[in-house]
Amino acid sequence: MKKKLFGVVALALAVVMMAACLGGCGNNAGSKSEIKLPAYDGITEQKVTGEIPATFKVGLICLHDKNSTYDKNFIAAMESVQQELGLTNEQVIIATGIPEGAECKDKAVEMAEAGCQVIIADSFGHEQYMIEAAKQYPNVLFAHATGTKAHMNTDLPNYVNAFASIYEGRYIAGVVAGMKLKEMIDSGKITEDKAKVGYVGAFTYAEVISGYTSWFLGVRSVVPSATMEVTFTGSWYDETAENNAAKKLISNGCVLLSQHADSMGAPNACEEAGVPNVSYNGSTYAAAPNTFLVSSRINWAPYYKYLIDCKINNKTAMKDYTGTIKTGSVELTDLGSAVAEGTLDKVIEVRKALADGTLKVFDTAKFTVEGKKLDSYLADVDDMGDYVGETEAIADGYFHESEKRSAPYFDLTIDGITLLDKNFG
Amino acid sequence: MANSEKHVKEPLVHLTRRMNVSASFAWMIRIGAFILSILVCCLISSLLSDKVSFGFFFKYLFGGTFGSSMLIMNLLRDLAIYLLLALAVTPCFKMRYWNIGGEGQAMMGAFGCSLVVAYASGKLPVWGTILLSFAAAVVLAVFWAVVPALFKAKWNTNETLLTLMFNYIAICLGAYLIKKVAPMGTGILNFQDGTLASLGVGDFWIIVVTVTVLTVLMFIYQKYSKHGYEIAVVGEAPNTARYIGINNKKVIVRTLLLCGILSGIAGFLLVSVKDASFLSDSTSQSTVAGRGFTAILISWLAHFHPLAMALTSFLVVFITRGANQIGNMARLGNSYAGMMVGIFFFFIIATEFFINFKLNFRPRAEKAAPAGAGPKPAGEQEGTV
Repeated sequence: MKKKLFGVVALALAVVMMAACLGGCGNNAGSKSEIKLPAYDGITEQKVTGEIPATFKVGLICLHDKNSTYDKNFIAAMESVQQELGLTNEQVIIATGIPEGAECKDKAVEMAEAGCQVIIADSFGHEQYMIEAAKQYPNVLFAHATGTKAHMNTDLPNYVNAFASIYEGRYIAGVVAGMKLKEMIDSGKITEDKAKVGYVGAFTYAEVISGYTSWFLGVRSVVPSATMEVTFTGSWYDETAENNAAKKLISNGCVLLSQHADSMGAPNACEEAGVPNVSYNGSTYAAAPNTFLVSSRINWAPYYKYLIDCKINNKTAMKDYTGTIKTGSVELTDLGSAVAEGTLDKVIEVRKALADGTLKVFDTAKFTVEGKKLDSYLADVDDMGDYVGETEAIADGYFHESEKRSAPYFDLTIDGITLLDKNFG
Repeated sequence: MANSEKHVKEPLVHLTRRMNVSASFAWMIRIGAFILSILVCCLISSLLSDKVSFGFFFKYLFGGTFGSSMLIMNLLRDLAIYLLLALAVTPCFKMRYWNIGGEGQAMMGAFGCSLVVAYASGKLPVWGTILLSFAAAVVLAVFWAVVPALFKAKWNTNETLLTLMFNYIAICLGAYLIKKVAPMGTGILNFQDGTLASLGVGDFWIIVVTVTVLTVLMFIYQKYSKHGYEIAVVGEAPNTARYIGINNKKVIVRTLLLCGILSGIAGFLLVSVKDASFLSDSTSQSTVAGRGFTAILISWLAHFHPLAMALTSFLVVFITRGANQIGNMARLGNSYAGMMVGIFFFFIIATEFFINFKLNFRPRAEKAAPAGAGPKPAGEQEGTV
């Protein structure tokens, strides 16, 4: 029966593909394909030492399912770790569609009861519920990605936060975009003063601000005259809003787009309009073959392995884990066929400089705020809900992002960036 | 069909209304349909996914709902919430006042509760905040229920449309409150104190006991009180009601007042006892999360009988939780559970049709004309549904 159904589906697919080919194959004479980006060569591989007991279980709580690029990124990493460590489906429990409410605590408790020793939640709003569950189950390790409160809960050693220096990945993606922009200027497609890029953001959190600022700094490192417009949708996953936001930016004259929101809304709008596009959380090449440039993503697999290693060897997990290019946590996808010439070499060069520390994304010499260079900035690192900064983030000529805690806290609006709307908290 | 002389070919299937359906027969069909729906769910799942076998399906269908005492408690708690929301709209339906605004009324309850907790918490003692938030929940939910009722009583407006639209206004008001209280927040209000949950009282007992008491009271109210009788008469024969001196308008408004109170309690329980948070993004992404709509079905399937509603709520919660568990364990994504619940509802709703109607197939032999009443054209019969 299964085979029969499979046969029917395969046949239907074959017919559709043939039809598509008849219509389109003739036009795409050139066999364009992605440009392979080799992995960074200085990665220190995270290993799980010791035997993993057969009773060991790990749980992953996701806000959406694989339809969201953000959650897909978490799930895919978990599945790769599962395969690498040879765990069964019973040992790796993945719960999808868990809202940022009491359901998260219910799910975390349920997983703990089912014997999970490591439980990870993926969405910002899950944090409070993970803390509550951590209090109830001191022997279970609760990890929360993008959270900010672990370092404040010193009495809860079994509750930890993690993020990655994804601003470095975004900076590299910005360089790729900048190369494309330069190509457009050089070829006379646009003039230098029209070098305006656009960005579809979800919320006005530091995570998003840090992301678009680092991306923009990457663009500007190649095209110094570039400016950027940012618009927010007020949702992590809203395909229509993201699509409309991208269209709005395009009609405003933005010639290249990127986004920090989780649906295919913006890449689709770009592909339709023929506007080059940098995506996030994974390649969108398949959906936008003519406009996709590159995508940065956090590879969560090293962190998952770190947590598992800590748990089975009875080590205390660090409160704030910030994955980097070196840990293999900050990754770039293969480049789209639309990138400018020489991009690959440039990416490898910039990546190496960032990994070595010779290049800093938030170098205070490279940006100004209200016309002035920054010498000091108090960031709200403790996140008590007061939105008052208390930690000096600038030293040695750069803003120390994701060093005082894993989650981003760069929340300045730098010159050259125009926010079309605000207050989308 | 006027020409009776000409031989009309009998349709392959025609419907006749079943008269005097016995309760046991009806329940047999319902239980049969329930089992059948589960089997169809199982069959479709195992056809669509390699990971789901029959054993796997039943293991997690039951494991996800009865697997541990905590899961059973969560099941009962969720059941109680559905039941309360269904109890709230039931007297309205008995009166044939089609209130499909249970969702919005409960949302307004949640809104009122959140409003007080957000602004009074810290300024008033904890118990003061809790009592005030309860009062606000009830008042706002009553307001949301009674306004359309007044329109109906005064100008005979269509309550179905008005109550439906009120749902969406409630969601928008909630969204506005969230933006107002936490403009830079995550889109969800979390309450650290000022709620019953913050006092460390477990949500299970409060919710289950409250709803049990209310269910029994509602059963007595509908069955034995004068009000219950009036509701039934206004629903079944408004003219008779008028003739025997029942003030229809008064009954409508009074019943919706009751509905509002119950919805308000539901909103309060959700915010102050269960979630300690308030979300109002859309009808599916909210504190009530569409349960007010499902409650309509729960009430209707139970023929507005409060005790039978406990059973229908149980079935809904059971299938939702079970399907979620299967979907997660087989990694099928979020839509899987929705699909299974859809199949389940399809069967259960179809059941009511088969309880009320009988399918008559055309006999093989042409000459065997049906005796007695004879078949009526199918169209006429269907019109009576």
